[in-house]
Formats: sequence, structure tokens, C-alpha cells
Amino acid sequence: MQFPKELKFEKSDEWVKLDGELATLGISDFAQNQLSDVVYFEIAAELSDTVSKGDALGTVESVKAAAEVVFPLSGEVVEVNETLADQPEILNSNPYGEGWMIKIKLSDPSELEALMDANAYEKYCQER
Amino acid sequence: MTFTPHTESEVEAMLKAIDVERIDDLFQEIPENFRFPDLDIPSKLTEIEILSELQEIASANATTNDMPCFLGAGAYDHYIPAAVDMLLRRGEFYTAYTPYQPEISQGTLQATFEYQSLICALTGMDVSNASHYDGATAAAEAVILAYHFLRGKRKKVLLSRAVNPQYRQVIRTYMHGYEDLQITGDDQATSLESDLESIKSQIDTDTALVLLQYPDFFGRIIDYASLIDAAHEAGALVAVAINPTALGMLTPPGELGADIVVGEGQPLGLPLSYGGPYLGLFATKLKYVRKIAGRLVGKTHDIDEQPAYVLTLTAREQHIRRDKSTSNICTNQGLMALASTIYMSLLGKQGFKQLANLCYQKAHYAAQQIDKLDGFEVVFIDTPFFHEFLVRCPKSVSMINLALQDYMILGGFDVSEDYPELEKHMLIAVTEKITKDEIDAFCEALEEVTHD
Repeated sequence: MQFPKELKFEKSDEWVKLDGELATLGISDFAQNQLSDVVYFEIAAELSDTVSKGDALGTVESVKAAAEVVFPLSGEVVEVNETLADQPEILNSNPYGEGWMIKIKLSDPSELEALMDANAYEKYCQER
Repeated sequence: MTFTPHTESEVEAMLKAIDVERIDDLFQEIPENFRFPDLDIPSKLTEIEILSELQEIASANATTNDMPCFLGAGAYDHYIPAAVDMLLRRGEFYTAYTPYQPEISQGTLQATFEYQSLICALTGMDVSNASHYDGATAAAEAVILAYHFLRGKRKKVLLSRAVNPQYRQVIRTYMHGYEDLQITGDDQATSLESDLESIKSQIDTDTALVLLQYPDFFGRIIDYASLIDAAHEAGALVAVAINPTALGMLTPPGELGADIVVGEGQPLGLPLSYGGPYLGLFATKLKYVRKIAGRLVGKTHDIDEQPAYVLTLTAREQHIRRDKSTSNICTNQGLMALASTIYMSLLGKQGFKQLANLCYQKAHYAAQQIDKLDGFEVVFIDTPFFHEFLVRCPKSVSMINLALQDYMILGGFDVSEDYPELEKHMLIAVTEKITKDEIDAFCEALEEVTHD
């Protein structure tokens, strides 16, 4: 199970990679592992949408369950990973790389403070 | 009173055991006015007596086997081959539900797979679910699909006024909780001649869905291609409510560009019945497969290379999506879908075409004859129609229909309640069951009951 140090995590298992005020979002290795084989990813936001923390980002459907993914931060959608529509299995094979879901331009960087660092998230996962 | 298999002595023993004198004493906590009231009903009868009494009441009814039926307006009196009922009543099939442990019921899955394949072939669509309750609820589901497919961002649904009034009512009931959704396009001021231009002019980038009927409520066959294009240009979806029998001769809506096809499946081998059970047809283009309610059955093979049927997709239901589901439809009209599958299979492609042609020809003969009658006029005479047409009558339709009962004829549908401007207008349906003699007798009767 990987918990990359450069990422921040939300309790609902989304990860955030920060690059200035640009944040790349996806779901964690722990999440994909719990879901098992992902068969479908449906995105719930579009380019240039203004989104708030907690809004629906999309739905990941696996052979076991359908899970909602939410925005861990507020901002404006600047890029969407279109590849996932056709190859949702990337979410299993490379959740932190090619499996990124969406990029947003942050509107409220103070929200970052509420997120966990990799160590805290790893501990949180172990306790579940 | 419900059937309670306790003898008096058993009841007594139970009361004694809990130290209560009378059953009524158990209900003392409930205020008297909330207790079950004394019913004013006749005293008890034996089974023989009650059967004979009920038969007497039932025999006061006439059925469409006793009198020719010119009533349609969404449900049609077609002949149902005896094999439909015979196969349908086999114990293996006799359940209203899709099984909850589906793969164990290979026969049921195969029937559903065949049903879905037949509906797709008929409508020209890519995928069909295993059905809804009826045409009206299927139409409402189309609105729900479009709304969610467009992520709730578009707040307008346009209904043609020539869509079955009951469908439009059910859509409004279903969508009651979607407070920001505007369901419009069918206001009373819209004339039925300019209905489509009116709909077209109301399509905008806030429109989620345009719902049309084909043939429309008045039986008219209208080319919707340019309207569908206009809706697509604005990014809206188009749903078409069909009569399946008509698709035996018409271009399937899939080829006209429809995104969703819904329809009442009753004409496909289901008897006329007040309140159903009927059958809601629901088919879409592949693009929307994830938003379809209910189940999709697929054909595959098992490890021994034997054909096997599986539930390929159940994307939107409560047991999968829980509170995030967008439809409360988890089941379907399984038995009715099976009936329609048997019906369509018995008729075959050729038979189905013949059936449509018979309905068409007989309806056109009837329209011609009725149009000749004094005081009667077929209203949309220049518009192509299928097996139903609107007639302006010299007297009120309710009066005519009442008088027709003396001739043992079931008259057409009185449209004046739903379309106030169409006072004295009768919607007449003619199916393959109606003979030429019956049409001629109908014309004579119409003449007699309207001329004093």
C-alpha cells in the first residue's frame, strides 16, 4: 500500500497534489484496493465548473460497490482526465499517477489545513 | 374479516392464559372512535352462494369479446393468441419479479434477454431495460434520465401537447419533488396544428428533454427529424413515446435520432384491463446505458462453453447506489414482458408487419366511411395516420357513446375533457380485430344516434 509523502489526503480517501494554486485530485491506493476491480468511472463535474469542498466529483464503480468521490477542496475545474472514461482500470493500476481524476485552481487555500499528511492518513487507514 | 384459523376454544384458552376476559379488552388502550367500525355489509353466504352472486354481477358487464371496441387512446384491443396465456401460466415463469438471485433462473434471464433484443430491434435502439410499470411511468423515467444525464444543470422539460394527457400527468406527479424543474410546452393555448413549431421555439440551452409521441395521441404520423435535430443542436435529449404496433410499418425512432424510446407495451399481447398490469417499454442509445433504471441481461458462456445468461448491468438501483440512486425502480413487469416476448415471437417479423398493415388499412377504411357521414368530419384528414384518428361529431361524444351501447358498440374516446377546445371530438381506434361489417355497422349506428 502506497502513501506518497508529497500528497495530502481527505478522510473520504481523495488525494491532493499541490502545485502552486493548482491541485490535482484522485483517489488513494487504499480506496482502490478496498473497491477492488474498477469497471466504471463517471465524472460529475465539467471544465470551468466552480466547485465547493464536499461537492460530488464523480462515482467509481467496481465489481463490489459504487463509491462517491467528492472534492476535498474548493476551486475551479481546469482539467479533466478523459482517459478514465474508457480505461477506468487505471484507477487500480496507477491511482496516484495516470489515475488522476481532475485538476482545480484553488479558491480557498486555507482548506488545505484540514487535510491529512501521508503519515496521518496511513495511520488513519490502519485503524479502520 | 380476515381468515383466522382459530377455533373458539383455542381463542378462549389463549385469553385464559393471559388472563383477559374478552378480545375487546385488549383494545381498551385505543380510543373507541379509532377502533375498527361495524361494517354495514350483508350477512355471510356460502361459497356456492357468493360465487353465483358475483357471477351475476359480472355478467352485467360486456367485454370487448361481446362488442366491437373503437376505444383506444393508449390501450388497444388486439387479438391475443392462445399460446401467450398458456406459456405465461407455466409455474416456472409465474412471478411478477425479476429474481433477486438472478443467475439461478436461466430461463427467466433468457426470456428477459429475448425481450430486450426484440424491443431494441423494434425501436432501433441499442439497449432496453427489462420494462417499467406502463407507458406513463416509462415516460416519467425518461425525464429522470435526461435530468440526471445532464447533471441537473438543465431545468426545462418540453412536452408536446400531442403526448397522451395521462403520460403528462404522471410525469408531473413523478417530478413533483424536483422543485427547480420546469415541465412545460403543453399549455392549453398551444394549437394542435402548430404544436411542433411551438415546441421548437421553446428549445434552448436550459432544455433537458423534449418528449414527443409517435404516432401522436391523435394517431398522426409526424416526421420529427428536424425537431430532433433542433433539440440536439441545443444539447437537449429527445424521448419518443411509441405505440409498438405502429413500428411494424413506421421508421423506428432510433433511426430518426431519438435518444430514448418509451412506450406502452400493452398492445403486445396484454389484455385490456383497468389499471393494468401493463408494460412500460424503455430503450435508449448506448450512450445512456449507465443511466437506465432496472436491469440489463447479457448472453455469455460458462466454463463448459455452454450459453449462459447473466445480469450484465444494474447501474442505478437502490441496492447498488443506495441513497445516490436516481431511480426507485428495482423491479419490472417481468410477467408482462414475457407475455410480449411470446406475442412478438409468435407473430414474427412478417406477422408483425402484417398486423400493422391490417390495423392501418382498416382504420383508413373506417376514416373514409365516417368522413362521408352527415355531420361527421375526420379532423386531420391530410396528415398521415396509423390506426387512430380524430373525428368531429354533430353531438357530444358522451351522448353518442351512451346511445351506441344499445347497438352493442363501444365508441371512441371523448377527448373534450383533456382538450377543452375539442368539444364533440371522438378519437377512434381500429385494430385488426374489427371487421369490415363492424365498421359499416358502426357507421350506420353513428348516423342513427345523431339524427333524430
